[in-house]
Amino acid sequence: MDVVNQLQRQFIDNSASLHREGFLDDQFTQLQKLQDENSPDFVVEVASLFFEDCEKLINNMSRALEQQQGVDFKQVDASVHQLKGSSSSIGAVRVKNICVAFRSFCEAQNREGCLRCLQQVTHEYSLLKNKLQTLFRLEKQILAAGGSIPGVE
Amino acid sequence: MTALVVDDNIVNRAIHLRLLDNLSIENEAVGNGKEAVDIHCSGKTFDLILMDMDMPIMNGIEATRKLREMGIRSMIAGVSTRSMEQDVREFIEAGLDDYQEKPLTMSKLISIIHKINGNG
Repeated sequence: MDVVNQLQRQFIDNSASLHREGFLDDQFTQLQKLQDENSPDFVVEVASLFFEDCEKLINNMSRALEQQQGVDFKQVDASVHQLKGSSSSIGAVRVKNICVAFRSFCEAQNREGCLRCLQQVTHEYSLLKNKLQTLFRLEKQILAAGGSIPGVE
Repeated sequence: MTALVVDDNIVNRAIHLRLLDNLSIENEAVGNGKEAVDIHCSGKTFDLILMDMDMPIMNGIEATRKLREMGIRSMIAGVSTRSMEQDVREFIEAGLDDYQEKPLTMSKLISIIHKINGNG
């Protein structure tokens, strides 16, 4: 039972720091509440969809911003809008906030600003992905050791 | 009760479908306004339509107008990230019964459903 307690404590700490450092907001907690025995992998599944979506959108933005013959800012903005939508829905607040700034640069047709935001968004998304994957791994370990996931009331 | 989710974003579709599953509401999803119109042309109807605003091919405003023109009387709830009064008003005037700002939560969905039951 010591192992389970340790894992549970780590889970709680990781979860708390994700919220405290502004990686995730209450929307993520809402998603955790939607998980039940009918849909035990819901949060992992939605997170996976989000990561796939991020990667696809970041690639689109990157390609559009690299265009030598002139950047189609409308195209970049369309991808940023999508990313803002998904990050908001999953509670990825730091990613979402960068998207807000990113959209202003698109509107101003500022390539440098856009490239900076693209860099930031890529960085934030990677950080969040790592932290969530750690959290999900802890969940699996807790369940495998016969414990229950703490936290969500 | 049956519901149709109309949203071009894969993450949003997954979340909205889960919210509906959780309330035991039969559901389907399409990726844009034209697919929403097409599914009705094929003869299907739904008690509730959750309509996103910004979508490719046909957006939520156009789709809502088209569905109303077709005589569809289902509860159509607009769900969008737009918060500017002007944008929201245009969406509502297209024929919405309700409007909720994203992200959709269980309590927002329940308040939409209460409206259906209130009219039913």
